[in-house]
Amino acid sequence: MSAPTATTTVRRFDPRAELGLIVTPVVLGAVFLAYWGWLGGQDLSSQAESALTTTNLVRQTGEQLSITALSTIGVLLIAIPLGIALTRPRGKRFAGPALAVANAGQAVPAYGLLVLMLAILGGVFGRANDNILQNTLGVWLGPGLVITVISLILFAILPVLRNTMVGLTQVDQDVIEAGLGMGMTRREVLLRIELPLAVPVMLAGVRTALVINVGMATLAFLIGGGGLGVTIRSGIQLSQNLVVLTGGVLTALLALGIDWIGGVAERLLRPKGI
Amino acid sequence: MSETTSTPQVGAAGMVSDRDPTDAPVMIHLDGVEKVYTPGAAPAVEKLTLDVHKGEILVLVGPSGCGKSTTLRLINRMIEPTAGRIIFDDEDVTDIDANELRRRIGYVIQRIGLFPHQTIAENIGTVPRLLGWDAERTRKRSDELLDLVGLEPGIYRDRYPKELSGGQAQRVGVARALAADPPVMLMDEPFGAVDPITRDRLQNEFLRLQAEVQKTIVFVTHDIDEAVKMGDRIAILRERSVVAQLDTPARILSYPVDDFVDDFIGSGSTLKGLHFERVSGLAIPEYPVVRRDTPREEARRILDMSDFRWLLMLDERGRPARWLNETHLADTSRPLHEVGPVVRAVVERNATLHDALEAMITSSAGQAVIVHRDGTYVGVVQIELLTEVIGRMRREARKHYEDLEATQTTDTP
Repeated sequence: MSAPTATTTVRRFDPRAELGLIVTPVVLGAVFLAYWGWLGGQDLSSQAESALTTTNLVRQTGEQLSITALSTIGVLLIAIPLGIALTRPRGKRFAGPALAVANAGQAVPAYGLLVLMLAILGGVFGRANDNILQNTLGVWLGPGLVITVISLILFAILPVLRNTMVGLTQVDQDVIEAGLGMGMTRREVLLRIELPLAVPVMLAGVRTALVINVGMATLAFLIGGGGLGVTIRSGIQLSQNLVVLTGGVLTALLALGIDWIGGVAERLLRPKGI
Repeated sequence: MSETTSTPQVGAAGMVSDRDPTDAPVMIHLDGVEKVYTPGAAPAVEKLTLDVHKGEILVLVGPSGCGKSTTLRLINRMIEPTAGRIIFDDEDVTDIDANELRRRIGYVIQRIGLFPHQTIAENIGTVPRLLGWDAERTRKRSDELLDLVGLEPGIYRDRYPKELSGGQAQRVGVARALAADPPVMLMDEPFGAVDPITRDRLQNEFLRLQAEVQKTIVFVTHDIDEAVKMGDRIAILRERSVVAQLDTPARILSYPVDDFVDDFIGSGSTLKGLHFERVSGLAIPEYPVVRRDTPREEARRILDMSDFRWLLMLDERGRPARWLNETHLADTSRPLHEVGPVVRAVVERNATLHDALEAMITSSAGQAVIVHRDGTYVGVVQIELLTEVIGRMRREARKHYEDLEATQTTDTP
């Protein structure tokens, strides 16, 4: 009997992982402050000055984050129910085709997907003002952002869908058998056993989707969706390396920060005991 | 073997039982239950009619693929039968809601299937929660059950399954199955995945538990030894779950009805049968005994007059001390109570004949001394006596089947 060691094994305490979770935001913050301080000391051209106003950068960061958040929420709303459906006895035969479609979504080059979506959806948002999407989401968020979000949902659906399916199918059949054998309904088995046990794998997929989305959001400027890509583009067009660099650094810090949040979520939401 | 008394292998619910399990009312009645997976193909379970009586452990045993697990799963409708009725305590449950039925039946599978993300207490509380018990009652019940299966609630209640050893997990599996106090338990090779030593201990514990809780149990195994040990009755199944023989372990071992059963129970069935008779049931003949203070000449006279080659010397408190034969009596260099091998092979009166045989084999005199609980002498068992018992068991079992056949022939004109 292993009484004394018991509680420590449950949490699976890994000092390096714990340390990573604490150190990452500190390092990211320090890098940000250092860069900001260094940038302040640089002799900026007027063009750079006007591109790098705090208002611009804050707005673009906000846009980048909304694109990330909205597209990730969209991904979750579609991929998780779909993943559940495709692992049920009746849905299993559609699993292959569905994964093929999701694979294709991710295989299309990002730029291509954005332009394609603009071509398909642009008309919806561009012309008809009586259109319900245009009158609601379009007005509220701007048509570019909506199209970006839809594209990113298509782009990032695969990891969540695949991990939901893998997470659910890898649940020990004996555990499911035991649940059913004790008189749990299929639904109770799904909600109380299968999903909690699939959570770690699903969260890994969500984290991947988050990182894809925050990175891809940088391309939203291509179709007028805003984001930090706007600053990078201005820098390139004006040949202002500091502007490009600033856009790049902020994008990278944002991506790392989002990844960190994903890591924290994985840690906090993983059920105890597994 | 030490000088201490040998106790029967199994405790309260031991292998020796005079109770006829079929005297109890029928708890589960399978009436022509059949499972056909592919229409037209051979059924997995063929028209099975079987009664399980209240409070008995009925073991379904048979070679791999004979359909014993399928049969078990037909009872709680984890597999839906394609024909036949399942009667549960006089209620036809063939068409009722399967989930509702399963909440009334404890179910233990080989790989246990504890929920890894739930604590032991939560695992045990599964069925109570489904039945809508309040938290307090559920908590009390899981503590009670942990106690019952020999796990300290204070230590184990809040642990997670992965912190348990195989044997502990199996106990929790049994506790979980007992949670809502179901009258019936279905157990599918429940002790199959643990090491032999742990298995033996779990089996003994379970038999003790069963003596206390008196559930109606259907138990599946492929191991005839486990079947013999656990079963009040054994159903030996051949392909498609056809019952080859259904009877008490003692009778099956003494009288296998056909070659299939004979092959399946394998060699050593006679030895296994000795588990079912107790020493106390033997008619023990007189045996020559001397006391520690018996003079040498007197001892020699007793040995000469008896038909035996050994004398048994008792100590001053009447406990068996040494074996003496001709040679020892002739050895005058030492006092009589210092010559001759010390008696080591003693068995208590309630020991099984199997224990007695084991004692005999290890004894230097080739015979086992029977003692009272306090160690005082009762008698001596010899191999011939066991041979007689085996012969009697065989005759009785054969007669039982002949009588059975006779009644069947007279019943059907």
